Amino acid sequence: MAKLLDKQRYKCALAAMQTVQAITRAIPVLHSGPGCAQKLSDSIGSSGYFSPNIFPCTSINEKDVVFGGTKKLETTIENALKVIDADLYVVLTGCIPEIVGDDTGEIVSHFENAEKPVIYASTAGFKGNNYIGHEQIIDAIIDQYIEKSEDREKGLVNIWADVPYQDLFWLGNIRELEKLLEELGLTPNTIFGYQRGIDNINRISKAEFNLLVSPWVSVGNMKKMEKKFGIPYLHYPTLPIGAFETSKFLREVGKFAGVDEEKAETIINEHENYYYYLIERYADMFLETRVMAKQFSVVADAQYALGITKFLVNDLGLFPAKQFVVDDTPKKFQEQIKKEFQNLNYGIKADVSFETDGYKIHNEIKEHDYHGYPLILGSYYEKELTEEMFGHYLNISWPVQDKVVLNDFYAGYTGGIKLIEDIYSVAVQRWN
Amino acid sequence: MALNLDRSNVATRENRIGSITGYIGSLSDLANQSNCGTLKGCSRCFSQSSTCLSSCALGQLSAIRDIAIIHHGPSGCSAASADTYYLDKVMAKKRGITNNTVYVGTDMDEKDTIFGSSESLRRIILEVNRRYSPKAIFVTSSCATGIIGEDIDSVIDDVKEEVEVPVVAVHCEGFKSRIWATGFDISDHAVLSSIVQPPKQKRNTINFKNFYESARPEIIAIFKSFDLEPIFLYCNSTVEELSHISESLATTCICGTLGNYLGNGLEEKYGVPYIRTINPLGIAGFETWLREIGKVTDRSGAVEKYIEEQRAIYLPQIEGIKKELKGLKAVLGMGPGYTFEVSRVLDELGIKVVWALAWHYDKKYDNGDVPPSMQYLLENDVDFEASVADQQNYEVMNILNKYQPDLYLSRHPGSTVWAIKNGTPAVYVADEYMIFGYKHTLEFAQSLLESIHNRSFEKNLARRVKLPYTDWWYQQNVDEFLEEVKK
Repeated sequence: MAKLLDKQRYKCALAAMQTVQAITRAIPVLHSGPGCAQKLSDSIGSSGYFSPNIFPCTSINEKDVVFGGTKKLETTIENALKVIDADLYVVLTGCIPEIVGDDTGEIVSHFENAEKPVIYASTAGFKGNNYIGHEQIIDAIIDQYIEKSEDREKGLVNIWADVPYQDLFWLGNIRELEKLLEELGLTPNTIFGYQRGIDNINRISKAEFNLLVSPWVSVGNMKKMEKKFGIPYLHYPTLPIGAFETSKFLREVGKFAGVDEEKAETIINEHENYYYYLIERYADMFLETRVMAKQFSVVADAQYALGITKFLVNDLGLFPAKQFVVDDTPKKFQEQIKKEFQNLNYGIKADVSFETDGYKIHNEIKEHDYHGYPLILGSYYEKELTEEMFGHYLNISWPVQDKVVLNDFYAGYTGGIKLIEDIYSVAVQRWN
Repeated sequence: MALNLDRSNVATRENRIGSITGYIGSLSDLANQSNCGTLKGCSRCFSQSSTCLSSCALGQLSAIRDIAIIHHGPSGCSAASADTYYLDKVMAKKRGITNNTVYVGTDMDEKDTIFGSSESLRRIILEVNRRYSPKAIFVTSSCATGIIGEDIDSVIDDVKEEVEVPVVAVHCEGFKSRIWATGFDISDHAVLSSIVQPPKQKRNTINFKNFYESARPEIIAIFKSFDLEPIFLYCNSTVEELSHISESLATTCICGTLGNYLGNGLEEKYGVPYIRTINPLGIAGFETWLREIGKVTDRSGAVEKYIEEQRAIYLPQIEGIKKELKGLKAVLGMGPGYTFEVSRVLDELGIKVVWALAWHYDKKYDNGDVPPSMQYLLENDVDFEASVADQQNYEVMNILNKYQPDLYLSRHPGSTVWAIKNGTPAVYVADEYMIFGYKHTLEFAQSLLESIHNRSFEKNLARRVKLPYTDWWYQQNVDEFLEEVKK
């Protein structure tokens, strides 16, 4: 039911065009109004081999609303294949064709024998947000493109993480997760980012297992692949940030993949030694920065709210105030995610609220006693609020207006150090 | 053409003033056909994404201070609220004021598309009013609400008794028009019909429609020397200021496409003269515009004195740079409010326009005349190849590939990037005051020179990247996908 979306932190399902954009040489073809792509892309960082103004679009007008837009869709796909040099064409439907009842699947089926694969995903804006849209795209690839394989490639693991572009750090994070798996002696396979594309999609069904690193996004995709291709999956709900969680992650993945325990421990030991070498050098900073209090709140999607909470509590010894999950997490996942927030060191439990109304979130933050200057990691909406409270603010979730990220990431040991650098780069700007 | 301010819905530019988005030919042919009434726009059987008219409409309205926008639709439609939040904060900060405008969505879901959601909308309007006490509330539709026939007007009538400030329906379904500038008209319509009050007294103010008021301090200074005071619209405007714009001496605008509806509306309804000259870009533009303001406000003497002083400072410098720019070839792609204005400035600077793309074209303005920028070029024997394409990037790239110009100029996000990847130096003419008056014309000429001088960035990038278009496309004519209008 329609609700007051105050300070919105997600976009609609059609914004999953960005999920397609993250697959190198895959092009979204939009069956939508003329301006959806521009509206759903970010004002900076949307260029690339394809950018939103390259996305073919049926640019539906009033006449198409009355008479249907299937003919226009057909010529748009047909000519997109001629004009655009891509490996995969993904037709995404917007609100209009889904309300007026255009049979997009039927039109797309005319291109079964095209030189390049053409698939489609139902991503009408009213069907859900871009986290759901992301799942729809992966489902479309599973259902319409990937073929089942009887062969299994030894050690091959597909890694799935949160939503590209919606997650500011998606590119760096997924590369770091790949590196960690490589260290365990596994062969990671991902479909997003530099030099990852159709060849990686073609390998998906040969993997030994799927690794999902996300509190809830893509759980459905994993189940589908398990059923359709017989690929088991390991669901690791926390994005590993910093030593505590990353070591745990390596142990669990290692165990699931049958990696020798001693090997995993050696890798962990090496990483932790260096991690704590760095922290030791700056131990004074952690203890003697006068303006840093203990309490913090994260206002972000489930991925960052959970990952950062665990990091700040388990690695840095901070204390969680209320945490806010703002991605409209489906009800069926909420209990399980809540439990993760209660599973912190020393029996510490973080109170978590699944809330999409920014007004209510801000009121709760304002009313809370942080026992000092609050540390707020959130979207750009939290900037002014935190300044009013003389707190420390870091823009880590959408919308992002306060920083530019080309390659940075928070995942893994290296990512944890980066997050420390970012937090303290804010804190050290003040004396008391 | 009379504007009907009693209705909440605005006719599209296509229907109101015969605007088009598909044409290929020359400037003179385009103008002749407009004059004879034979011009017919073409459609395309292949197109790439462009812009939604709601972005233009709500981009304008959401810049007004301390108001509320309620975008009734799925969460993608209101995604722009995030940018608005940022822009409102930084634009206000620059002025040293505050802006507490809120832009919210209604996150419509599938059930709403079946059963409607007017009751939810009613509650949302009242709750936004309770939370923020805005000075006005604009309630806007989307494609989804438009198609299911959600009756926003009735919901608004229903809540009006409970809300003490204007609650205004803004009809901006994205499918309504391919011309996003229709969105500017929609925002002007909302302001004219619901915020502007009849004049009580005349003031020595000039309504100045613009985007982001970057030249505000200098324009205030210029106008002060004529004992005039500009009121910049709508960025950082207050509802109170807007309610008085009918009391101004005249209305002017930095971009004809942007200000046309408001200017004509104020003239038609309240007799506020609308300055309809070429725009104040470049030398001829600035002088023609200033003189007209002088004439309309009876300040010609002061204006001539100012022109004389400024000419002495800037003309020798501009002449100096012209020598270095002479003979360069340029392609440009912009909204029609800029394409034919910037073409004139390039001609003034000695740069040859080989092809100009206008993202749309208005055959006539709301007063029934051909746009003055076109008229000026024709009267001065400037002609070049021209096309009308709603940011169809593949057509731009085809043209750049064929003409290999020295420069590409564009005003819309996401366009200059592609020229650079083609190895063509590009200048992003984003700020509406980038070529304003003598000073900025000089700066503009300097930045053109710098752009063609240091080509490191585009050369480095172009060497490493592959373009996304097929060889097949580059071998086609630009008009490959244009279709005659089907009757």
